[in-house]
Amino acid sequence: MIATLTVAERQSAIALSMLVAFFGLIMMIAGSGDVLGVHGVIVLLFGLGFLGLVMSKYFEPEPPQERLTRYYDDPTKVGIVLSLGWAVVGMFFGVWVAALLAWPDLTLDAGWASFGRIRPVHTSGVIFGFGGNALIATSFHVLQRTTRARLPDQVTPWFVLIGYNLFCVIAASGYLMGVTQSKEYAEPEWYADLWLVVVWVTYFLLYLRTLQRRKEPHIYVANWYYMAFILVVAVLHIVNNLAVPISFGSAKSYSLFSGVQDAMTQWWYGHNAVAFFLTAGFLGMLYYYLPKRAGRPIFSYRLSIISFWGITFMYMWAGSHHLHYTALPQWVQTLGMTFSVVLLVPSWASAGNALATLNGAWDKVRDDATLRFMMVAAVFYGLSTFEGSFMAIRAVNSLSHYTDWTVGHVHAGALGWVAMITFGSLYALVPWMWKVERIYSPKLVEVHFWLALSGTIIYVFAMWNSGIIQGLMWRTYNDSGTLAFSFIESVVAMRPYYIARTVGGSLFLLGAIVAAYNVWMTIRMARLRGVTETGGTDEPVLPGAGAALQPGE
Amino acid sequence: MAEATRDPVTGRETTGHEWNGIEELDTPIPRVVLFFLAATTLFAIGYWLLMPAWPLGWTYTKGLLGNDQREIVTRQVQDAAAERASWTSRIAKASFAEIAADPALMRHVRDTGRTLFADNCAVCHGTEGKGGPGFPNLAAGSWLWGGTPEAIAETIRVGINSTAKDTRTAQMMAFGRDGVLQREQVLAVVSYVRSLSGQKLTETEQARVPAGKEVFAANCAACHGPEGKGMHDLGAPDLTDAHWIYGGDEQSVLNSVHGGRQGHMPSWEGRLSPTDIKLLALYVGTLSGDRK
Ligand code: HEC
Ligand code: HEC
Ligand code: HEM
Repeated sequence: MIATLTVAERQSAIALSMLVAFFGLIMMIAGSGDVLGVHGVIVLLFGLGFLGLVMSKYFEPEPPQERLTRYYDDPTKVGIVLSLGWAVVGMFFGVWVAALLAWPDLTLDAGWASFGRIRPVHTSGVIFGFGGNALIATSFHVLQRTTRARLPDQVTPWFVLIGYNLFCVIAASGYLMGVTQSKEYAEPEWYADLWLVVVWVTYFLLYLRTLQRRKEPHIYVANWYYMAFILVVAVLHIVNNLAVPISFGSAKSYSLFSGVQDAMTQWWYGHNAVAFFLTAGFLGMLYYYLPKRAGRPIFSYRLSIISFWGITFMYMWAGSHHLHYTALPQWVQTLGMTFSVVLLVPSWASAGNALATLNGAWDKVRDDATLRFMMVAAVFYGLSTFEGSFMAIRAVNSLSHYTDWTVGHVHAGALGWVAMITFGSLYALVPWMWKVERIYSPKLVEVHFWLALSGTIIYVFAMWNSGIIQGLMWRTYNDSGTLAFSFIESVVAMRPYYIARTVGGSLFLLGAIVAAYNVWMTIRMARLRGVTETGGTDEPVLPGAGAALQPGE
Repeated sequence: MAEATRDPVTGRETTGHEWNGIEELDTPIPRVVLFFLAATTLFAIGYWLLMPAWPLGWTYTKGLLGNDQREIVTRQVQDAAAERASWTSRIAKASFAEIAADPALMRHVRDTGRTLFADNCAVCHGTEGKGGPGFPNLAAGSWLWGGTPEAIAETIRVGINSTAKDTRTAQMMAFGRDGVLQREQVLAVVSYVRSLSGQKLTETEQARVPAGKEVFAANCAACHGPEGKGMHDLGAPDLTDAHWIYGGDEQSVLNSVHGGRQGHMPSWEGRLSPTDIKLLALYVGTLSGDRK
């Protein structure tokens, strides 16, 4: 893959690797005796590793000029593999934390394996590792196909993808060593956050640069969503992570916000992370791979427009529904609740637009598990947004808040919607990328589909039950007018559901392992066969000479 | 510009754009979407009119209902307390003996004491008060500081070796570690202590008992009493029964005598109301009462 870089690009790759290694060295020295120093070593090795990799291929011949007439897909391929790798790791940790709640002794008596440390490894592993890599990989693919422009150069996409994964590694290894800002979904400390800002701004600029060079007069909906995802995540990340390190030699920092402002900033971030990371980005995926796989036009262009603006506008207000009945002023809660209710309409409009697009292709949904993944994803998207809007109503939230109901809701979204649309899209994308006519085993896709669906259903039903029982136990009074149940009794009552959840999660993990195997075998199949030049329906349709591809560089 | 075409399945026109094979239909926005958009927006506006909603500089719109979550919760807490007052006021006023003689009041004590105990005390003493290594069994009827409701209430109020000013203090010295007793003497007294509760001793242990008895009389009886039955004034445990805080096997007793023991029980004054403490004292009393 390095051979596809021009010599000038190899030189900038070397410079970047050296820069990363240099920063690693500084962190190592400044932070010696602190976890920061350990992270310095990791960064240093990372930089040196890439330096060696590029150097080893430095004297290969220049790539042929002809490459500019084809899309640049290598980063997408690597991104797909990374995404599946993180999926297996992240979901394994998920099953482990789930099991810990039923069998607390599974922490192995080791600090790194305690609940508080492996839980964020799970959440970051699946959201940022699995989801993030899939978003980056598919965004490069969709962006090029729908603009008919090649990525402007061959270094920036690698910088984004690899830099992002460095962030993920720093995050996950930090949690295991006890590094955390204690902000949910924003746990990594200041130095990791600063690095992500660099990577993310580069990502956004890369997107703009490609769009600017587009050969299509109009920008396709999927790109609006991807752009909203990139832009808003940058803003959220920067604001929520504003902090002052206690020294440049220490991993620890203090947030610029305190008290109720801190809580509100965190949940403004947290909810919009749901909205723009876990929703907008994946809607971008849906808007490309679903119509493509179904071979159907999008049901309604107008519906896409109002749902896009509805979602982007309304989500921004909704964060305070995470802080109902707290010290947050009530008027802020009112705004969060009412905007969450209105938000249901554009959310369902998106889900409906996706399902109506399948009209005329339902026979394919029946026969093709890949398309069925996407269909089920749209259904779960509708389900979890309905549930979310319902839970955002203060009276409902007073029952659901702090209970496993929230966890059930999250996983209807995360497993049912985010993971399903990702797997569906990847199954569609992999044969296109490796230029084979189909995935290694469609049967295994079918197996994965049923594992994923049954795992999700078991998980979500278990958490609905336990959440509602919990909520009711906490508010039941006895004849004396005092609480009928102690907290520990509600914990004991949860045990069967925690076991069920572990089972559901294991099924889902098994599915992800099947997917990783299937994709791996597809890649091997492509290698063994050598590259055939049938790109399927993936290459741009070239009706005339005027519709050629906008080359890179 | 590309031409709009007609989709054969729906009969709708496309918008005429095409991206790598993807087209979009020009379907108008379904009525039902607009209807729900209007309905939810009207709901939101109505809710804003009634409830606190929009910021206005230093203040905010209060809403026509005058609803305020702080006031509501304060009132709810007051109402609930008023409702409970029918019996809590009697607990607060009556003496322990009067309450214990009133079955209706004791029912409230059991109902409420169970959750109060599970929420505050069970982490150390277990949900049924049976304790565990380092934490005494409160259901055994074998007391460090006495089993009268008054004594228990006082223990709960001030704690043991706690941070409260008037805490109860329990000091079992480190006879071995601090060199008060020789190794031989420690081993001897350990065997003697174990003989007090009628445990089966090995022959070596048997042989040490007489020497241990002397060591005990000289060093331990001041606190544990001449017969080892303990002393409530000092929180020194009865060593003759089957109930142990730290364990009655040879190694555990040896650890107690060699290294000393200072259990920590937090003080609850200021964290639990006087009525709750009173109620818990009675409830803890029922734990052992129920088993007899
Ligand atoms: C942090 C652990 C802890 C908690 C929580 C705790 N205790 Fe204790 N408690 C102890 C220990 C340890 C002792 C024994 C101290 C000693 O060995 O000197 C003790 C002793 C007692 C005693 C004295 C027993 C006797 O034999 O005289 C009573 C009564 C008691 N606890 C009641 C309670 C009640 C009621 C609560 C809840 C409000 C409670 N404890 C909460 C640790 C705890
Ligand atoms: C100053 C008073 C004092 C003296 C003297 C004293 N003890 Fe103690 N002993 C205590 C107290 C108080 C405790 C309870 C400590 C605690 O749990 O906080 C205790 C606890 C113990 C225990 C643990 C009981 C259990 O339930 O696990 C043993 C065994 C014991 N003492 C043996 C001895 C022996 C043997 C001697 C003499 C060598 C001795 N004690 C001298 C006050 C004393
Ligand atoms: C209309 C759209 C949605 C609304 C209004 C909504 C609303 C809510 C509400 C009210 C909560 C519970 C807050 C609490 O009581 O603590 C919540 C939690 C959560 N939701 Fe949603 N939700 C929506 C869609 C989604 C989707 C699609 C996902 C995708 C994964 C998702 C992921 C989450 C997560 C991760 C949490 C947990 C936050 C925490 O850690 O406490 N939500 N949401």
